[in-house]
Amino acid sequence: MNAFSYVRPRTLSDGLRLLRSGASALAGGTDLLGLMKDGLARPELLVDLTGIEGLRGWSRAKGKGLRIGALTPLVELEEAEELHRAMPILRESLRDAATLQLRTMGTVGGNLLQRNRCWYFRDQATACWLKGGTKCFAVEGENRLHAILGAHECVAVAPSDLVPALIAYDAEIALASSRGRRTMKLADLYVAPHGRERREHVLRPGELITEVRVSESALARKGAFQKAMERKAWSFALVSVAAAARIERGVARDVRLVLGGVAPIPWRVVAAERGLEGSGFDEAACAEAADRALQGAAPLRDNGYKLPLARELVRRTLRSLVV
Amino acid sequence: MTRITVTVNGAREETAVEAHESLLTTLRERLGLPGSKNACEQGECGSCSVLLDDVLVCACLVLAASVDGREVRTVESLADGSALDPVQRAFVETGAVQCGFCTPGLVVATHALLRENPEPSLAEIREALSGNLCRCTGYGQIVEAVQRAAKTMYLHGLDDE
Ligand SMILES: Cc1cc2nc3c(=O)[nH]c(=O)nc-3n(C[C@H](O)[C@H](O)[C@H](O)COP(=O)(O)OP(=O)(O)OC[C@H]3O[C@@H](n4cnc5c(N)ncnc54)[C@H](O)[C@@H]3O)c2cc1C
Ligand code: SF4
Ligand code: FES
Ligand code: FES
Repeated sequence: MNAFSYVRPRTLSDGLRLLRSGASALAGGTDLLGLMKDGLARPELLVDLTGIEGLRGWSRAKGKGLRIGALTPLVELEEAEELHRAMPILRESLRDAATLQLRTMGTVGGNLLQRNRCWYFRDQATACWLKGGTKCFAVEGENRLHAILGAHECVAVAPSDLVPALIAYDAEIALASSRGRRTMKLADLYVAPHGRERREHVLRPGELITEVRVSESALARKGAFQKAMERKAWSFALVSVAAAARIERGVARDVRLVLGGVAPIPWRVVAAERGLEGSGFDEAACAEAADRALQGAAPLRDNGYKLPLARELVRRTLRSLVV
Repeated sequence: MTRITVTVNGAREETAVEAHESLLTTLRERLGLPGSKNACEQGECGSCSVLLDDVLVCACLVLAASVDGREVRTVESLADGSALDPVQRAFVETGAVQCGFCTPGLVVATHALLRENPEPSLAEIREALSGNLCRCTGYGQIVEAVQRAAKTMYLHGLDDE
């Protein structure tokens, strides 16, 4: 690791002041410290957020929706019974994410901002395009785990399991920096790296995520999450699918369908959602949505298997909303 | 260097640590506690599992500077002299220890599990230990060891704290 200084502020305003250029926020450290050990992140100052009051925990005030503090450990979202009743997809999506140790350490904010898992990216010796080099080594190299949809210069996939689940509930994030506050849709945080944008998200330097919010009306949706992995535990998604909809007398409204592990960003498929609107998630509608979800897919040399895998996982996840 | 004060296995320790030092390094190299093992250093194998304020974590991904004022329990806190604790005994008796590298982490993770859930099902055991990799045993004996430990601790009404 590079030499750096370490501070653990107690208040948000102190934290924001310290997060000037050259500083990185540290939450659970499960991604950032790994990157730093391999020389892939070299902050001069680490601002440990875990001492800041008020960023941890969740609440649901009547009619005001759900608020989840960015520093809430993943395991808390998974275990809280009340939360499970309000939004079961949280536990479903986290149950098979990482390991117990990593979920007790890892936080919501850190999960939203974790870097991709492309092995060329994680290899310190490889100066690939995303790290400022000239070419993507995965496009012509080992690309079994890479994108089949939506990629430009970089074919690494969005790794989080939690993010597709949250986007299926139209989650918003609250951001704060020393210059002020703003909110945005979680889905808008992500960009497929391209052109001069050699990164996976649009968080500004010095900016923190303080909270994730889900509205009361979104909480009325029924949700489902499924994940295909190489082994039964401890594995990033080959493909993950989050689906949600309000189901009124057997008819689907506000349908959301978001895939992880297939594209550089969480892959929301509006065309498939529209096709399902007003349906009863019957076999035919789900199969058609699954086809639509994979429209335009362009597999690489080693990842063609993701196409049938994703199609079937979409079909099953959608069906599970009604059977 | 920063000075930290940390309670390790019940004893107050004061030590100087580097900013980039992991808790695992501090335990092994400064505090003479080599029980927690160092393998992947990336949170992947669980061999460095310890309890930090009673929560199961990978010590390799915790900055030593961040544990100032907190409490750590390692595998060394379990045996009483040469008398093994029930979990350790169960691991030995079921043959769950081959090369032994993964064992300290697994024993700590088993304690974390049994404290929350004294009678775990097979699935719950597998889930709770899935962050601890073992390259020797194929996990069968490990699961058996946890079941045996659960039974002894339950029968004897032992408190594992
Ligand atoms: C072996 C392994 C397996 C894994 N498997 C999975 C998996 O299957 N599914 C899955 O979803 N994830 C998986 N993960 C990723 C894991 O969930 C993330 O590492 C974790 O959620 C990151 O959270 P953290 O708090 O530790 O973040 P940190 O490592 O502390 O931070 C990560 C990044 O986010 C930034 N950051 C953190 N919090 C904030 C904030 N509030 N505001 C602004 N910036 C912030 C940091 O500056 C840093 O850039 C795995 C990780 C490992 C090591
Ligand atoms: S996929 Fe992205 S991260 Fe991987 S080698 Fe290509 S440019 Fe680099
Ligand atoms: S050494 Fe910490 S998890 Fe492997
Ligand atoms: S006994 Fe050798 S790694 Fe588990």
